[in-house]
Amino acid sequence: MVHLKEKLLSSFLAFENEKDVDAYVHGIRTKAIKNFEQEGFPTKRLENWKYTSLKKTLQHDYKLFPSKSQTLEFKDIESFLINDIESYKIIFVDGKYCSHLSETTHDGMDICILSSALTQSKYDLVIENYFNKISKKDGITSLNTAFSSEGSYIHIPKNIQVDKPIQIIYFSTGKDESVFYQPRNLIVVDENSQVEIIEKYHSLNENNVLVNTVTEIYADKKSIVKHYKIQNDNNTSSLIDNTFVSQEHSSSYNLHTFSFGGELVRNNLNIFQNDERIESSIKGITIIDENQHVDHNTLIHHRKPNCNSYQDYKGIFGGKSVGVFNGRVLVEKEAQKTNAFQANNNVLVSDKAVINTKPQLEIFADDVKCSHGCTVGQLDKNALFYLRSRGIPEKEATALMMYGFANKVLTSVGIPEIKARINRIIAEKLGVQIGFDI
Amino acid sequence: MLEIKNIHANIEGKSILKGINLEINPGEVHAIMGPNGSGKSTLASVITGKEEYEISDGDILFENESLDEVSPEERAHKGIFMSFQYPIEIPGVTTTNFLKTAINETKKARGEKEMSAKDMLKMLREKSQLLDIDSKFLSRSINDGFSGGEKKRNEIFQMAMLEPKLAILDETDSGLDIDALKIVANGVNKLKNKNNAILVITHYQRLLDYIVPDYVHVLFDGKIVKSGDKNLALELEKKGYDWIKEESKNK
Repeated sequence: MVHLKEKLLSSFLAFENEKDVDAYVHGIRTKAIKNFEQEGFPTKRLENWKYTSLKKTLQHDYKLFPSKSQTLEFKDIESFLINDIESYKIIFVDGKYCSHLSETTHDGMDICILSSALTQSKYDLVIENYFNKISKKDGITSLNTAFSSEGSYIHIPKNIQVDKPIQIIYFSTGKDESVFYQPRNLIVVDENSQVEIIEKYHSLNENNVLVNTVTEIYADKKSIVKHYKIQNDNNTSSLIDNTFVSQEHSSSYNLHTFSFGGELVRNNLNIFQNDERIESSIKGITIIDENQHVDHNTLIHHRKPNCNSYQDYKGIFGGKSVGVFNGRVLVEKEAQKTNAFQANNNVLVSDKAVINTKPQLEIFADDVKCSHGCTVGQLDKNALFYLRSRGIPEKEATALMMYGFANKVLTSVGIPEIKARINRIIAEKLGVQIGFDI
Repeated sequence: MLEIKNIHANIEGKSILKGINLEINPGEVHAIMGPNGSGKSTLASVITGKEEYEISDGDILFENESLDEVSPEERAHKGIFMSFQYPIEIPGVTTTNFLKTAINETKKARGEKEMSAKDMLKMLREKSQLLDIDSKFLSRSINDGFSGGEKKRNEIFQMAMLEPKLAILDETDSGLDIDALKIVANGVNKLKNKNNAILVITHYQRLLDYIVPDYVHVLFDGKIVKSGDKNLALELEKKGYDWIKEESKNK
């Protein structure tokens, strides 16, 4: 079996030959593949990857370019959509855009696909200004950049409040093969505009799937971006999610990450505050069991004064699952009056589950308010008895307490249908049939 | 209804209950009094099935069935309820959601139909008025940030919602001012009928002015050392517990 790295390197030429070599991105891709060749896949030797090994994940014999994607009908994907709200939909099947399932627009804004944006000249300016400008140059991101060709492209011009949320969903269907695919999303929100984005990845079969996705988000002055990542894939799928957010004056970026599934999930989240009066809020609920592994690696980079950041990650770990939280807050010397809050609270419900939590505060300014706290505990036995003494069986009582523990993160979810969906997923995940609403 | 037969219980090897016998029939109100550390709260925990306690001898029958190996939730389904001395705070779970789950799980266990959302709402409204509870409390997390009095009122409110056959009130009067005490006692009295029974556990006689017991038992060193009617409580209030201690030593 050829090592995945070699396979990727040797397939690059064939991939790139199909593309327009005069295009602006050609140079970027060529540089990126060289980067990947040098850096390779991350290993546990890297400080940032100390608790997450890709070794097992990379061993599968992945097909890099699914030959023919299966045709999906609406009924096949209906249950994966948040379907009780009006929304734009950008749907991909096996890495290819699926127009008959999608609902895009070019009416006053662009909610469409990256392959168009990379090849049509009217998008040149945006691509040249934003594409690959904030993504890291590490091995895993470079690999995505080298093969970047498809994904969602969202550009919201000035003063627009997008009328409904945008759902970006990637499906994989590969019936008899393991699949590796690398979506690339570019989201540019101009001054004083607002958008809500829901992002999901689903495998529709039991074959091994590895997704290495890169999303770049640019939030211009006074813009508001609300972002929801629902990570609830099956146990043969793994996801490496690299998200980079660049924020300008008085902008607000608000992310909720719900991690319930997948064999391995790694979130590399990087937020760069480039000006003053910026708000960044990132929250997460992780509930995993069996042999699942979820790693949240976050960076909030405070570069300018008078900005706030808020992090709140809750985790519940059962079975032999492993959780990692590595939250870095960097406050530069110039970033006076920074307000940075970080919390990571975990509950271990099995004695074989493991959580590695590591807050990293690097503060170079002297007039700041930064707090962090992480806790690891078990469910309170007295509280459990209290619920049981009222007639709630042990399993349901445990579920109710777990829900209560994670609930604080859900209160800030602005779309009730998302909250309802998450409630249902949590109940399903905990194997109970009780409603968590109200 | 409840028959406690020669119950012995210990926790972490320490013997707490040393042979208690007690029979409670429908329609009766019993009070258990006693100095601190006499085993009052342990008795309540043992009846409700707290697993930390080990029963080394004796048996508890509820409606002629042994409670041995019966889980706390199953005891609740049978109709046993305890108002906690220290109600637990559970952030993130609202009182409404909690009670809805408790009632429907109980109904499910009994093979009854779940309560409709409409009926639930109606019942919540009625019973909260009985205890003078603001409806805003219902959408707050269970006991989270409640004052001592609010917590105790919430316990009796839960009792009103769950309609138990046997209600054990463990030190329900502690931490209550006189107005709150009256509200709580009034709530309990309204819930009392000829088919249910109440076991009041208290250190002081005060609550018994409002919830009048048919029988009063004095617990000391893990045993019931004296039983009588409500006058025994008044006597204890006047004379304290020392004479009971003396009397039991001389036996």
